[in-house]
Amino acid sequence: MVGFVIVSHSGKLAQGVVDLARMMARETPIAAAGGLEDGSFGTSFEKISNAIDEVYSDDGVILLMDMGSAVMTAEMVIESMEGRRLVMADCPIAEGAVTGAVGSESGMSLEEILEDLEQVGTQKKL
Amino acid sequence: MNTEKLIATIRKVGARIEAEKDFLTELDNVIADGDHGINLARGFGEVDKKLDAMADKEPGDVLKTVGMTLVSTVGGASGPLYGTGFMKMGAAVKGKAEIDVPSFLEGLQTAIEGVMQRGRSTKGEKTMLDSMIPAKEAMEARWNETQDAKAAFAAGVAAAWEGVEYTKTIAATKGRASYIGERSIGHQDPGATSFTMLLEIVAGEV
Repeated sequence: MVGFVIVSHSGKLAQGVVDLARMMARETPIAAAGGLEDGSFGTSFEKISNAIDEVYSDDGVILLMDMGSAVMTAEMVIESMEGRRLVMADCPIAEGAVTGAVGSESGMSLEEILEDLEQVGTQKKL
Repeated sequence: MNTEKLIATIRKVGARIEAEKDFLTELDNVIADGDHGINLARGFGEVDKKLDAMADKEPGDVLKTVGMTLVSTVGGASGPLYGTGFMKMGAAVKGKAEIDVPSFLEGLQTAIEGVMQRGRSTKGEKTMLDSMIPAKEAMEARWNETQDAKAAFAAGVAAAWEGVEYTKTIAATKGRASYIGERSIGHQDPGATSFTMLLEIVAGEV
């Protein structure tokens, strides 16, 4: 199953997104990498690396990020793990996590999920 | 600049960032999320702990370690951005026992390109690039004209401060400050400011 890592400046936000996605997809491997080690706001290279290790399989891992350093730090972690199937998705973090986790649980491949996630960014709510 | 001098210079940069951390954080507070000074000071504090073990390494390796440490410990956008900058500069001067002006300029150019790529940014978006790019151009011009390292660095620092002033006149279109857009006009960019402080310290060691 494709795994997910939720990267946010906020530990609570990252964990909240994980919880929200789990409501719909209990089996999908999904880990939070939010905030810094001391609980303050920020993005941690180490937390992202550990979260990837936690959910990684040969099916790959998709990273969802909030903004700024979350994107740049996730990118640098991916560069440091050459040879692994790791990709960042460019989509809203909460909606993307739900869509992706459900897709993974239903057996979709990393490529298929990424295609779905591209649509998530363009869907209007109203 | 050899490894010994480089390590001493990086320590002085760390001390300057530590001394200015409240000022930098206040600048960031006005237009963004108010963590720039605190984050950079934390990063350079961790860098300081690594420097003792680097005395027998070449300057390129020292710069690479500084970059990797900043990426791992800063926690905000300045981590990946300064981290990438230092790592790229380290790679550009790889194999050299000393960094002279031409290799510094080459390293700075590589760092600028790394920051642009990492931040998906360019000049004029109210970022550190608004001081980095003019500084590099001014240094290069003065160096080509005079072959005088002190004069070249002085020109670079002056251009970097002008870049900081320029960031007051424009709205942020990249980074956290872009969320307040037009209302960021009138305020100087914290990243451009911290880069200029860093360059000022290096210039004092040349």
